[in-house]
Amino acid sequence: MADEALFLLLHNEMVAGLYRAAEQGEGENGRCTTKLESMGFRVGQGLIERFTKDTARFKDELDIMKFICKDFWTTVFKKQIDNLRTNHQGIYVLQDNKFRLLTQISAGKQYLEHAPKYLAFTCGLIRGGLSNLGIKSIVTAEVSSMPACKFQVMIQKM
Amino acid sequence: VLVSIICSQNYPLYIRSVPTENELKFHYTVHTSLDVVDEKISAMGKALVDQRELYLGLLYPTEDYKVYGYVTNSKVKFVMVVDSSNTALRDNEIRSMFRKLHNSYTDIMCNPFYNPGDRINSRAFDNMVNSMMVQVC
Repeated sequence: MADEALFLLLHNEMVAGLYRAAEQGEGENGRCTTKLESMGFRVGQGLIERFTKDTARFKDELDIMKFICKDFWTTVFKKQIDNLRTNHQGIYVLQDNKFRLLTQISAGKQYLEHAPKYLAFTCGLIRGGLSNLGIKSIVTAEVSSMPACKFQVMIQKM
Repeated sequence: VLVSIICSQNYPLYIRSVPTENELKFHYTVHTSLDVVDEKISAMGKALVDQRELYLGLLYPTEDYKVYGYVTNSKVKFVMVVDSSNTALRDNEIRSMFRKLHNSYTDIMCNPFYNPGDRINSRAFDNMVNSMMVQVC
């Protein structure tokens, strides 16, 4: 139980620390999100390597997305993705109704404008994991009402 | 005996052989075995969902090598070339060697000083591979 709190607190500090450093420097807001996302990317690559060490081979893309929604999410956030939708043409929407990293911030519309900062790392996490499995993608996130959020994965066909 | 790790873009991340002469020939062997590996992966999509891919069965008529392959979910291929004269090596041992390789590779991935796609320069990894190869020869 304590290890959940560890990651949450560390993540919050990471976000706060990056933005503080940016303010003292040139103060470019967009770059912080990119930095967070690339951090998540590298972490995602390593994590996926560890998690897929013992699993069977994935049959196709949908299989990989299901793995991300169930096993990957459970190991990182201790719960599964609540809803996975796809249009079968390379767009997947993962919906989490009680996103762990946002539950402590608010339970409605308060602080909505700050939410994207806290989602950047997780977007990178998903993108890194997918890239290590051989899928190039673009991951974006949107929040309409905390703590529910949606991650949209767009697969790039090469 | 030769151990090599090839990344998803099909260039080698790590090649190490114990009798260090004839290295070029080993490089060539590994390169040709890649085709067989790819063939097996694409064929497997319709068949079973097994991670391990053992015993490519590439036997050269003149020189008798056995080439074993193993592919991870992240499309990284491990290729091992052993002498056929070494018939003491059983399937299980090869499997356990690949397991060890995979574990060490995972550790390297999690090393913050390692960028995915670079050549593997880790001393710990070298030691592990050395001890494994010494066991075999």
